[in-house]
Amino acid sequence: MSDDLRGDVMLRVNGADRVLRVDNRVTLLDALREHLRLTGTKKGCDHGQCGACTVLLDGERANSCLLLAVTVDGRAVTTVEGLADGDDLHPLQRAFIAHDGFQCGYCTPGQICSAVGMLAEAADGLASWVSPDLTAAGDLDDEEIRERMSGNLCRCGAYPGIVAAVREVAER
Amino acid sequence: MLIGGAVRNYRLARDEGICRRYPAVARAVLAGASGQIRTQATVAGNLLQRTRCPYFQNTTTPCNKREPGSGCAAVAGVHRDLAVIGTSDACVASHPSDLAVPLAAYDAVVEVRRPDGAEWTVPIHDLHRLPGDTPWIETVLEPGDLVTGVRLPPPPAGALATYRKVRDRWSYAFAVVSLAAVLRVGAGGRIDEIRLALGGVAPKPWRLWAAERLLVGTRPSDDDVRAATMTALADARPLPDNAFKLDLAADLVAAVVRDLRGAQP
Repeated sequence: MSDDLRGDVMLRVNGADRVLRVDNRVTLLDALREHLRLTGTKKGCDHGQCGACTVLLDGERANSCLLLAVTVDGRAVTTVEGLADGDDLHPLQRAFIAHDGFQCGYCTPGQICSAVGMLAEAADGLASWVSPDLTAAGDLDDEEIRERMSGNLCRCGAYPGIVAAVREVAER
Repeated sequence: MLIGGAVRNYRLARDEGICRRYPAVARAVLAGASGQIRTQATVAGNLLQRTRCPYFQNTTTPCNKREPGSGCAAVAGVHRDLAVIGTSDACVASHPSDLAVPLAAYDAVVEVRRPDGAEWTVPIHDLHRLPGDTPWIETVLEPGDLVTGVRLPPPPAGALATYRKVRDRWSYAFAVVSLAAVLRVGAGGRIDEIRLALGGVAPKPWRLWAAERLLVGTRPSDDDVRAATMTALADARPLPDNAFKLDLAADLVAAVVRDLRGAQP
């Protein structure tokens, strides 16, 4: 048996194919930050409680700290660095600025990636815990946004601005 | 209906058939974890997840589940969130799943494949073992067994069902106590079908069989439902800081039964 604990991984990160040889125990979060030097994705709790490390995996939001890089071989990863088109910011990025959806900013990349994934889920018809009807998704009001974004903590307490930013984009 | 073991929470809660026929399953999934965990979490993984007992996770403290024979730090320690029934002197860990609770109410059957390809099934009620003297053995699965799916029998025709979860914050928290209930009112306003399963109180989803037997055929008051729940929980051995879960469970069952009876068409 080989005692080589490394594996080859191909990731499509923000549209570009990246090939890595990483220890099998390296998380997607550490692969992004330490191997690919994409430090926009933040490490908060490192065990799935804070959401700072949220990225999009094939378009769906996921905590990158809870995924081993070798288990997402061949998948498409979008980080906060991949949302803008050059200097043209993503609508959620603009909305976070307009509504002052942050203070220190550490949770912001995860908040924004999570919101992108959350809006896609809602557009797909997914209900939430606070939805009265499981099969007829209604508008994303403040209560819905707070529930659906509950996996992203903000220690500064910028929630009112975050909710306002997400709501502005949801209403478009 | 057969749900694959690798189906992710997000897809399960999104499924129209689940939402229409088994709404308590969808509600329980949506009550669990966070959006970015539900895109990854699977049915089989949810059923086999480990306890959130802080002493199981903290490797500097004794835990009979993690290190057989080392003792249980929870009994004399922080145990507010742990189990009140089905426990033993060796272990008071609670099972953290939301999904397992409605699966118990719907009498789900778990499908398993052995390493040699042989297939067998086990009712959800028998999947998890009580801790007894061997709290490190948590299910009836053998090493190498793979949960390939969960089969849901047809729900009782005309019954209403829901899942309600009491937790310390409004979202993204484990249950203090939760309840999956399936209920149908028949002639004369009497309950003619009722299934009740609690989460957060035991090492497995806990069906209130005795309460169901007491309540079927009756038009119970809230106090009747509370009393029936307490009868079903008569074997509970709560600890000083979690004894409140019994009263909370009784109130929760009474409230949900009242609401489901009131919502009957």
